[in-house]
Amino acid sequence: MISAQGLKRAGSDPSTAIVLLITILGAIWSLFAAAYAPDAAMRGQSWLILGGFLTGIFLLVGSIAGGGVITDEREYNENLIKAGVIASLFWGVAGLLVGVVIAFQLAFPVLNIEAFGFTNFGRLRPLHTSAVIFAFGGNVLLATSFYVVQRTCRTRIAGGIWPWFVFWGYQFFILIAASGYLIGITQGKEYAEPEWYADIWLTLVWVVYLLVFLGTLWKRKEKHIYVANWFFLAFIVTIAVLHVINNLSMPVSWVGSRSYSAFAGVQDALIQWWYGHNAVGFFLTAGFLGIMYYFIPKRVNRPVYSYRLSIIHFWSLIFIYIWAGPHHLHYTALPEWAQTLGMTFSIMLWMPSWGGMINGLMTLSGAWDKLRTDPVVRMLVMSVAFYGMSTFEGPVMSIRAVNALSHYTDWTIGHVHSGALGWVGFVSFGALYCLVPWLWKRKGMYSKALVDWHFWIATIGILLYITSMWTAGILQGLWWRTYDALGFLEYSFVETVEAMFIPYVIRAVGGVLYLAGALIMVYNVYRTVRGDEVEDDENVVEQPALQPAQ
Amino acid sequence: MYEILSTFAQTWGLLIFVALFAAALVYALWPRNQALFDAAASAPLTENDTPAAADETEDETHVRA
Amino acid sequence: MSGKKSLWSDLHKSLFEKKPLVLTVGVLVTVSIGGIVEIAPLFYLDSTIEEVEGVRPYTPLEQLGRDIYIREGCYNCHSQMIRPLRDEVERYGHYSLAAESMYDHPFQWGSKRTGPDLARIGGLYSDEWHRDHMRRPQSVVPESVMPAYPFLENSELAFDNVEANLRALRTVGVPYDNGMLEAAVSDVETQLDPYAEDYDGFQERYPGAVMRDFDGNPDQVTELDALIAYLQVLGTMVDFSTYEAEADENLR
Repeated sequence: MISAQGLKRAGSDPSTAIVLLITILGAIWSLFAAAYAPDAAMRGQSWLILGGFLTGIFLLVGSIAGGGVITDEREYNENLIKAGVIASLFWGVAGLLVGVVIAFQLAFPVLNIEAFGFTNFGRLRPLHTSAVIFAFGGNVLLATSFYVVQRTCRTRIAGGIWPWFVFWGYQFFILIAASGYLIGITQGKEYAEPEWYADIWLTLVWVVYLLVFLGTLWKRKEKHIYVANWFFLAFIVTIAVLHVINNLSMPVSWVGSRSYSAFAGVQDALIQWWYGHNAVGFFLTAGFLGIMYYFIPKRVNRPVYSYRLSIIHFWSLIFIYIWAGPHHLHYTALPEWAQTLGMTFSIMLWMPSWGGMINGLMTLSGAWDKLRTDPVVRMLVMSVAFYGMSTFEGPVMSIRAVNALSHYTDWTIGHVHSGALGWVGFVSFGALYCLVPWLWKRKGMYSKALVDWHFWIATIGILLYITSMWTAGILQGLWWRTYDALGFLEYSFVETVEAMFIPYVIRAVGGVLYLAGALIMVYNVYRTVRGDEVEDDENVVEQPALQPAQ
Repeated sequence: MYEILSTFAQTWGLLIFVALFAAALVYALWPRNQALFDAAASAPLTENDTPAAADETEDETHVRA
Repeated sequence: MSGKKSLWSDLHKSLFEKKPLVLTVGVLVTVSIGGIVEIAPLFYLDSTIEEVEGVRPYTPLEQLGRDIYIREGCYNCHSQMIRPLRDEVERYGHYSLAAESMYDHPFQWGSKRTGPDLARIGGLYSDEWHRDHMRRPQSVVPESVMPAYPFLENSELAFDNVEANLRALRTVGVPYDNGMLEAAVSDVETQLDPYAEDYDGFQERYPGAVMRDFDGNPDQVTELDALIAYLQVLGTMVDFSTYEAEADENLR
C-alpha cells in the first residue's frame, strides 16, 4: 500500500508566500534604485536586478497557480541536484573561458579592448576568480552537498520551496556580481568584490542554505551524521561568518552601488586575508573534502580508509586553518606578532592536510586496479594528489624567508592554480562524472574514452600552467633582488615584465587545454543526458530499481 | 589588556587547546567507538535510491538495502 | 548498527551526532578563536599604527580618484605596500607604514606585482607622463602589458554627490569635519585651480594637497583629473623627518 503521508503539495503555503514577499520587496528596491541612484552604474544595473526579481515573481505566481511545490517524502529531490550539475558545467566553462582570455591579455595587451574599459584585465580578473570559485565551485558544492545530505540522512531535503530559493537566489547573486564587475561596480577587496547589496542578498541566500541543510540533518533517518556532512556544515557556517564580517561596509546611498569598508588600512588588510585565506580553507578545501569523503568511497565501493582519521582530520583542519591568514601579509605593515602567528599555524596545517590526503588515497587500498580501469577514479585520485602537493607547497610559501621571494610574484598564481585546477577542478569533475549517470539513471557516461581524454588533456594543461608559473615567479623574485657588481639593482622592473612573455604564453596554452577538457566533458554529459547509447560501465555502482515503499 | 591576554594565551590557553585536542583524539581512538565508526563509514555504501519511509526503523532501512 | 552501546558513544551522540545544532556551535567556536585572537588586538593595541605626522584624509578629488582606481581593478596588478627589504626600499622608497593607509577604506595593499608597486608613485612622474601613460601605456613604456585607459580623459567626473561619499567615510571613521563636508563639491574644482579663490581654506582643510589641473584640460573636470590627483598623492603624506623607526612606540 502506498501511504499518502509522503506526498504533499505546498500550494500557497507560508514558505512560498515569504519567498514571494522577498522578491516583491526586491523588485520595489530596484525600482527606487533605477529612479534615484546617485551613480550611473547602479542606474544601469538596477534594471537587470528588477528583471531578475520580476522573473522570480512570475515563476512563483505560476507555481502557486499550478498547485504549489510538490514535496514527495518518498523520493529524494533530484531535480535540484540536476539543476546544480547543469549550472556547474555552465559556470565552469564560462569561468575558465574568462581565465583563458585574461591569460592571453597578459601576454598580448592589445586584447584589452579600450573603448570603455569593460573588458580590461582589471575588470575581467575578478570576473574570472568569482566565476570559477563562487559560480563553478559554489554550484558544485550546492549540488553535491544537497545530494550527499539527502542520501546519507536517507531523507528528502527539508524545506519545501526553500532549497529552490537557495539555488536560484545563488544564480541571481552570481549574475548581479558578474554584471557589476563589467560596469565597474566593485568593493576592491580580492574575492570579496561584490558590493553591499549583492552581499546582503548572498547573506540571505546563505542563511537559508544553512537552515535547509540543518533541517535535513534534523529529520534524518540515520543515527550518525556521516562525516562528509560535517565538512559541508563547517563550510556553510564558516563562510557565513567570514562573508558577513569581511563585507561590513557603509553604503554611500541606500540606492547607490558604492560603499566603503567598515575597516581601514592594516585592520582591513588582516580581516580581508583572514577572509581570503579561509575562503580557500573552507570554501575550496572543507567543502570539497566533503565531496572527497563521499564520492571516493562510493565510486570505489569501499568505506573510507579510516573513519577515525577523518574525525581528527576534521577538527584539526578547521581549528588550524582559521589562523593562517596573516601569511598573506608577511613583511607588510601588519604587526610582526600577527605574521608569526599566521606562519606558525600555516606550517602546522601541513599535518591535517596530509592526514586527509592519506585518508582519501588509502580508501583505494585493495582497489588500486581501478586507477587503470576507471578514468573517473583516476581523476578523483589525481585531485587528492594535487591537494597533497599544494598543501605542501602552501606551508613552504608561508615561511617568511620564502615568502619574501614568492610574494607579489606569479609563483602565488601557480600555487593557487595547482590547488584550483588540480584539486578543486578535478574533484568536482570526478563528482559530476559520478552524479550524471546516477541522476539521469544511465548505466554510465556516454563515452568512457572521452573521460579519459578529458583527464589527460586537463592534466597536461595543469602541468604547463604550474611549471610556467613557477618559472615566472621564481624569476621575478630573483631578478627583483639581483644586484650588480657595483651594488646597484641589476634589473629595472619592466625588464622582468618583458621576461614574462614566454611563461605567460605557455600558461595561456595550459589554460586552453584545461578549458578544452571541460568542453569535452560538457559534450559527454550532453550525450549522456540525451540518452544516447552508453557503454556499460561496471564502475557505476548499480542503483537499486525504484520501488514504492512498502 | 594585551599583557593579560598574552599571558593567558601562553599558559591556560595553551593547556585548554592541548586538552581539547586530546579529547578529540581520545574520542576518535577510543576502541569501543570502532563499531559506531564502522557503521558510519559504510553509510554511503548501503543507501537506497529512495528515502527511508516515515515509519521505517533504521534496521529495516538497511535490510531493504 | 551494532547493538553495543558505550558511555562514550552515548555521550558523543548527545553532544555532536544527535544535535546538528551543537555541531554547528562547535564549528563556530572552533573557527572563532583564531579570528578573535588575531584580529581583535589590532583594534586596541596602540602599537598597531605608528605615530607619524602628515597623514590626512584624502581630498574629495583624490578620494574620487581612488574610487576610480578601485573601479578599474588596479589592485589586481599593482601593490601599495613596500616591504622593508633592501631591494624594495631601493626600488620604491621608504617601506610603507601602517599609518599611511589608516584612512584607506578599503586598503589597497594588493597581492601581486604584474606592474610595479605604487605606494610611493606620487611625485615620481609628471602629470603629462601619467596622461600619456593612461592614454596608451606602451607610448611611454614600450614593454608594458598594462591596458590603456583612454576613456578616462573624456569621461566627465561625477562629483555632485561627493559629499555623501565623504559622509559615508566619516561614518566608518575618517575624520572629515562639517566644513569639509559642506565644501566637498566645490573643493573638487578648487583643487583643480591653483588660483582658486578658496586656496587658503582648501589648504587649511587638506594641508599640503597639490592644487593644479591634472589632466591638462582646464575646461572639464574628468575622471583622469581625479585618478592622477590620487596617484600623485600616494606615498607623499608622511613627513619622514619626524618619523623615528626605532622609537619605542613604533617598534612592533
